[in-house]
Amino acid sequence: MAFGPYFLLASLEGLVTAAVLALTALGLSLVFGVMRVVNVAHGEFFMLGAVLAWAVSTAFAGHPSVGFVAALFVAPLVVGGAALLSERLVLRRLGYDPEATIVATIGMLYIIQQLALTFYGADARPVQAPFNVRIQLPWFGYSGYKLFVIVAAIVLILAAWFVLTRTKIGLVMRATQYDRETAQAFGIPVDRVYAGVFALGAMLAAVAAVLIVPIQQAHYLMGRDPLLLSFIVVIIGGLGSLRGTVIAALLIGLSDGIISVFFSPTLAKMLATGLVAMVLVFRPQGLFGVPAR
Amino acid sequence: MADVLTLSAVDAYYGEVQVLRGFDLSLAKGEVLCLLGRNGAGKTTALKAIMGLVAVRGGTIMKDGTDLSKLAPHEVPKAGVAYVPQGRRLFSELTVAENLEIGLMARGKGRVTREAVLDLFPVLRERLSQRSGTLSGGEQQMLAMARALCIEPDVLLLDEPTEGLMPSMIARIRETVAGLRERGVSTILVEQRVDAVLSLADRVAFIENGQNRETVDVEKVRADPAYVHRYVGVG
Repeated sequence: MAFGPYFLLASLEGLVTAAVLALTALGLSLVFGVMRVVNVAHGEFFMLGAVLAWAVSTAFAGHPSVGFVAALFVAPLVVGGAALLSERLVLRRLGYDPEATIVATIGMLYIIQQLALTFYGADARPVQAPFNVRIQLPWFGYSGYKLFVIVAAIVLILAAWFVLTRTKIGLVMRATQYDRETAQAFGIPVDRVYAGVFALGAMLAAVAAVLIVPIQQAHYLMGRDPLLLSFIVVIIGGLGSLRGTVIAALLIGLSDGIISVFFSPTLAKMLATGLVAMVLVFRPQGLFGVPAR
Repeated sequence: MADVLTLSAVDAYYGEVQVLRGFDLSLAKGEVLCLLGRNGAGKTTALKAIMGLVAVRGGTIMKDGTDLSKLAPHEVPKAGVAYVPQGRRLFSELTVAENLEIGLMARGKGRVTREAVLDLFPVLRERLSQRSGTLSGGEQQMLAMARALCIEPDVLLLDEPTEGLMPSMIARIRETVAGLRERGVSTILVEQRVDAVLSLADRVAFIENGQNRETVDVEKVRADPAYVHRYVGVG
């Protein structure tokens, strides 16, 4: 295959990675930005979404699309509920203290992981894609489902952008993000906002996981890579910045796809880590972040 | 005149540090009450205690039969108390319109309130889509007051509203507070500028070591500069 089509294929693969990463990282970024909580368990909400997607999709007989659509709704709702519960039981009791919540979410990580191991098992399990369509390009054929993942992520990110910038809920979230105390002085129930944001962040990770399980298999240890990459994206993009998150996810996803294909996956990881180091040194609030008050 | 707000024996804390000790204060309807005292005396803490932004572990803060100290912080503005914090504390990344919207949402007010507030500060009408962090200092203070007035409060808490402003802007703030008094809004004003206090206040409460030492009519303070000298160290 000539360079051009090869590059196109690598870019498409990178875009799929970027799409899922953007959704996952957006969840982490929202929690980080609004609550100042470093949610180390974020990857486990991703894993939980994938595991639940397998459970829900296998519970439905018939066409795979039925189970997949059910998983697309059920998995994020259950994961959101679990996040809400953990916010009430753990984070709220710690007063959202930035240091204490890091330790607490590490604990949550292991609890969720071990629960998944106990009830789901150690096997990696596939989820059938809702449809098997191959888009035939002049140079190669490409998975229609992967293109669907890219489009679905774009739609969800646009929806998140609309909610954050054009609705009262989004305004309340942004006000809480910029100044918690003043937000309270203007009638914003910060505790409830935090609970909602934590659940929403986990739900975004779960949706991303449901979208990816027909491509990758569901496994109880699958939360580690998304967590690491999400942190990289959030650091580069900036705390709580939707625009920064999307741009950083594109940067990391595309470079991962392209550099991995033409050079090596290790070089892609090295460059991403180098970029994080540069951002931390020269612009700690991230490329599009705002210093917190 | 009937009191709209009464603080009785309030003990308030920052973490484990007690700042207010048996703090008493009463505010009459339509009154401008100034809190005067040295830095660290507890003036700002008194306002934050009313707003529920610091821990109140003793005493009561009564307004219209409700003890504000028993409410969650976000419920205090719904009781008709608005706060303009020191340093304005605007949501600087939000636009002027969005900052006003936050104020309106606090007590479910709408377009009529917004227009009335913008009539008080017409310059903000031209800046609605501007990010509030890019406004001048005076405009930011106007927005901070406008945002608070969107609550349609009957008690307004102002923490050093003239800090760092040009004389013309200070005069504008004074006019606004005087206008609010005419409309029956009661104001507690924390102010370092003695001239501003003397020109605006009905009564002055002298705060020292977390307590209200005495509250006196402003005429007495004007007549006897020793008051200011004793509690603030100037005059």
